This record gives sequence, structure tokens and C-alpha cells, in this order.
Amino acid sequence: MSSPLLEAIDIRRQYNVRTAGGVFGRKAVLQAVAGVSFRIDMGRTLGLVGESGCGKSTTGKLALGLIPPSSGEIRFVGSTLPAIGSAAWRDMRRRMQMVYQDPLGSLDRRLQVGPQIAEPLIIHDIGTPAERRERAYATMASVGLQKHHFERYPHELSGGQRQRVVLARALITEPKLIVCDEPISALDVSIQAQVVNLLLDLQDRLGLTYLFISHDLKVVRQVSHDVAVMYLGRIVETGQAEALFRAPAHPYTRALVSAIPSLGEKRERLILSGDPPNPVDVPAGCAFHPRCPFAIARCRSEAPALRRQPDGRAVACHRADDDAIALAA
Amino acid sequence: MAAPLVSIRGLSVDFDDGRRAARAVDGVDADIAAGEAVGLVGESGSGKSVTWLAALGLLPNRARVSGEVRIGGMNLIGAERRVLEGVRGKRIAMIFQDPSSCLNPVHRIGRQVTEALRLHRGMDGRAAEAEALRLFDQVGIADAKRRLSDYPHQLSGGLNQRVMIAIALAGQPELLIADEPTTALDATIQAQILLLLSRIRRETGMAMVLISHDLGVVAENVDRVCVMYAGRIVEQAPGEALFDTPHHPYTQGLLAALPTLTGPRRRLAAIPGSVPEPWNLPVGCRFAPRCPAAEERCRHEAPPRRVIAPAHQAACHFDVAGQSVWPAQEAAE
Repeated sequence: MSSPLLEAIDIRRQYNVRTAGGVFGRKAVLQAVAGVSFRIDMGRTLGLVGESGCGKSTTGKLALGLIPPSSGEIRFVGSTLPAIGSAAWRDMRRRMQMVYQDPLGSLDRRLQVGPQIAEPLIIHDIGTPAERRERAYATMASVGLQKHHFERYPHELSGGQRQRVVLARALITEPKLIVCDEPISALDVSIQAQVVNLLLDLQDRLGLTYLFISHDLKVVRQVSHDVAVMYLGRIVETGQAEALFRAPAHPYTRALVSAIPSLGEKRERLILSGDPPNPVDVPAGCAFHPRCPFAIARCRSEAPALRRQPDGRAVACHRADDDAIALAA
Repeated sequence: MAAPLVSIRGLSVDFDDGRRAARAVDGVDADIAAGEAVGLVGESGSGKSVTWLAALGLLPNRARVSGEVRIGGMNLIGAERRVLEGVRGKRIAMIFQDPSSCLNPVHRIGRQVTEALRLHRGMDGRAAEAEALRLFDQVGIADAKRRLSDYPHQLSGGLNQRVMIAIALAGQPELLIADEPTTALDATIQAQILLLLSRIRRETGMAMVLISHDLGVVAENVDRVCVMYAGRIVEQAPGEALFDTPHHPYTQGLLAALPTLTGPRRRLAAIPGSVPEPWNLPVGCRFAPRCPAAEERCRHEAPPRRVIAPAHQAACHFDVAGQSVWPAQEAAE
């Protein structure tokens, strides 16, 4: 087995908040990420899926060391992430980059895109101005932008081109790992395919490793080798992408997969009742039990651990190997 | 076929801010039959929302609207405010993508529903409250009585969208325009709302136009689909025909660009380029610059509407006979 590029070991992140009611609200603790572990091998992609508020973006920021975990550990190429702000951290940040959902929001509207692409080189003190410009041109070419785009302003480019600019800026320091947080959600369908193909080509060519965060299961399946499904700060199921989507084991994964509208055959629907609970007030036992059609008494009192299944998948459900559940699928 | 409930002919919308003129909708023809569910798909800027905002007189004054939108013999374009108010919210209701920005944050939701009931059905006091409770029940809001006195911020996105649907139903409309009703919602909540809309249509016989960029959402929830590109309808067909044998290169391209959840993983066929800006539209066929089958004629001459089968039309110079004009993609891995 190859060595992991990135490894998260039981990471947690909590925030102190007040419940509704402004200054009258009582103090509470929001567990955004409540004990998450995963590993990504070099050149692979882990897709992280879940609904809004499940902690997937926080996990992405923890993975990059943009925020420190409350507990747990992130290891990058075998060593723990250094303290935020230290010289070692800055050096490491060169090798891991982030791409966000909204390309216009991550670019400076008053600057031409070329200098923005080259800026990370200035920050990390790499090369002479002429060399930086050459490297910006080369990186732009690799994401399908042309030389004349260098002098354009963000508003003069289309959504797809802007996302290419953001990608070029992330790639220019030759990172090993890129965390993509909903990188194509703001793009139109016909442009999404361009960017998805580009991400896959870049991985092929440069051996990049991705942590790919998205709520769009179809896109995640398209780009990921492995997938982890999060619900209320925890991973409830993880495994090889193809197998996980073909036969989801956790009731929540099953509901997520069945909720995806498809063009082809009509499938049996598992429609959940209610909304995801407030992360400040996570239900006891299995956090999913109030919405779970298969919940039994044990689910209300005891939180299920993420257990490895015979097929290599891991599922956090008391009834994962219950035949009755499998039949109901 | 009986006379359609709503009939749109030659609807065009121009925006002119003094510096440049932009045509957002260009000669749209469409009919909606009573009780029918029609999907309107297209990318951002294709004019799918503007078409219906224009039909209901909801665009700002600087938009110039021409053409006809008829409901029951009345033309809504250029109609007096009094006429429009008898149709808006009453015969045709509309719900939008972001429910929380459509609800008034400082009024209790119960009051917002009873306001619609007073406006459209002249109900007051007890009767209005009883009807509001019934509507809340119909849209699946649990514990309706207590919820009436909640403010929008106390409800989740899914519940707020249910409130919006309750308000839309208050006027007992014959047609509901649902403009990206689930785009801002999570997947499991989206499934709930779509199920709710189809149940309500079954119960009331209301027609629906479902505007969406998501072909999957449209495929599962409508009888007939119109595909818009750069302000024009490029193809319309019954759902199955459109998804099985799309005839317009743009429709074919959109379908090929979608990843799937089942079957072998293929490299996606991306449509090159991007949607033209509305102030810089190509002459001739608007899809020609991105189309692999485009010839000289496509760049000069707007394509005619070709009838492929009853109720199936595509605006393309060529009859591709259901064969994709896009190169086949071999399976990845």
C-alpha cells in the first residue's frame, strides 16, 4: 500500500456559540467536525459529500491547516501540520492549495488576472519578475487559458474562464494537494463538464491529489476514487466511489443517492422526513436516528462507530448488516 | 387539443440601459394546457425566468416587452394594472428560488398567508385563519397552528419554501410558475419539495411550469420540456422523446455533458466556449459558434422550427434524425 499524502486522525473542531435570542441566548457548543478520520494517497481523489452544515467545508479548511483543529491531528506527507503562521507552515502551504466555489469572489476585481495568478510566487519568494511571468504563462496554458488573458480583468472573463484563473493561481506553486470546495457549483452545466475534465486531466498530468468537497453526487462520482459521506460532523459511510453509489449501505447515503433526480429509469425513492437537526443540538445516539426509517431503540441511545465491512467499506450504522434493511432497499 | 390555458406568441424582451441594448428573450412561442406540467430548461442567461417575469408584468420599466401572452382571451402584455392584478397570484402564481428573500422577515408567516387569502379570495378573520391552517396542512407543515406565529428566520429553507407554496396556493391558481424552486435546498429537502409539488398537482389539477437548470429535476417532474438557449426555444418535446432522442445539437450537448450516478464512468463531453452575452448575440443560429455541425448557413440564417413528430420541434437547419452531432466518448478507465 502506498503511503498517504494527507491523513486526518480523529479531527474535531468546535465553536462556542449562543443559541437564538441574541445576547439572551444561552451559551452552547457547536461541533462542526466531531471526530473525522480519513487518508488520501498520492494522486488519488477523496470526495467529501453531505448537505449544508454537515461540516464538509470545515473539514477542508482543517485539512489545509487554515484553521487549527480543537483536537486530533492532520498529517501531510507523514508529518504533523506545523503551527499556523510559522515559517514551516508557510512553506507547507505552498504544497497545498484551495479552490473555492465562487471564482469572482476569490479574485480581486481591480487587478488583471495575470498578476493574480503570479502572486503566490511573490508571496513565497520564488523567481525573478520575468521568471514569474513566464511561469504564469505556462500555468495559464496548462489550464486552457491564452496569453492574451493575462491582461484581462475578472469581469471580462466568463465563469468558466474565471474558474480556470483560480485553478492556475492554485497550481502555480506546484502543489501536491488541492482542496476543491464546490469548485463547479456556481458554473453552468455546459461549463461544469469543461472544468471537471480539466481537473481530471491535471491530475493525470501532474499527479495531483484532490480533496473534492461537493454536494453534487454525480460530479463526485465522476472525479473521485473514494468517497466519504458526512452527516452532522461525522463520516457515516466511506468507501470506493463506484461501489458506494451503486449500493449505498448507510440509510442516509441511501436517501442521498435516491434523492438525485435521474434522466433514466425511475427508481424507488427513499424520502426522508424533516430537516437535518441543528448542529448545536445533535440528537443523542446516532445523530441520524430522528430521520431514519430503520431506527431501532439502540439507535436512540448508542452512537454507532464507523466499522469496516467485508467489502472494504466503512459504515456507521447499527443495522448495516441487518438483512431486513438490505431487503428494503 | 382543447384551447391552451396560457398561450405565448412572439414574446420578446429587450433591455436597454442607454449604453447597450440586450435582447434577453427573442420570439418565444409556447402553449401551456390546463393541468399540464411543462419544464423550461436552460443555462443562466438563457431567458427562462425573464420569459415568465415578462408574461406577468413583473419586469422593471426599462424592459421593453412585445408579443402576446393570452390567458382566457386576455392579453397580459401591455394590460392595465387592474387586469394584471386579477391574474397575478390568482390565476397564475409564481414561486422563486430563495424563499427567505421572498418572505417579509418582520411579519409572522401566518399573517403573510392570510394577507394573500384576503387579497385573492376576500377572506378575513376566522375564515382566513382556518384556510391558512388548511393550506399549511396541505403543504405538509407539521404543527401548523403553532407555526403560523413564527417568523421566517425561525424556519428552515425547506419549511420556508413550503410557506411560499402555501401562499402561492392561496389564490387557487390554475398555473404555478416554479422558478428553480429547489435550487437553494439540500438534496434530501429538494426531494421532499418536488414530491409535494406533484402531490398538489394531483390533488388540484393545477398546471405547472418548472423552470430549472437541472435536467434531472425536469425529467422526473414534467410531461413536456422546452429547452432555451440565448433567448430562444431551441427544442421542445415530450419528456421521454427529448431525453431519448434529442434533435437539437445544444440539447444533445447538454445531455452528454452530464455526469451520471450509474453505468460506466465516461469522460464528459464538454460543450466548448460559453453562452453568448445578450448584447453580443451571434446572427443566424445562436448556437452556431459552439456547434460541431455548424455550416456557413448557420452563421447567417436563423434556423426554422422543424417539426420532428407531433409535439416535438427543434430549431436547427439540419435534420440530424436523433443522431448525436457530438463525437462519441469512450469509457474512462
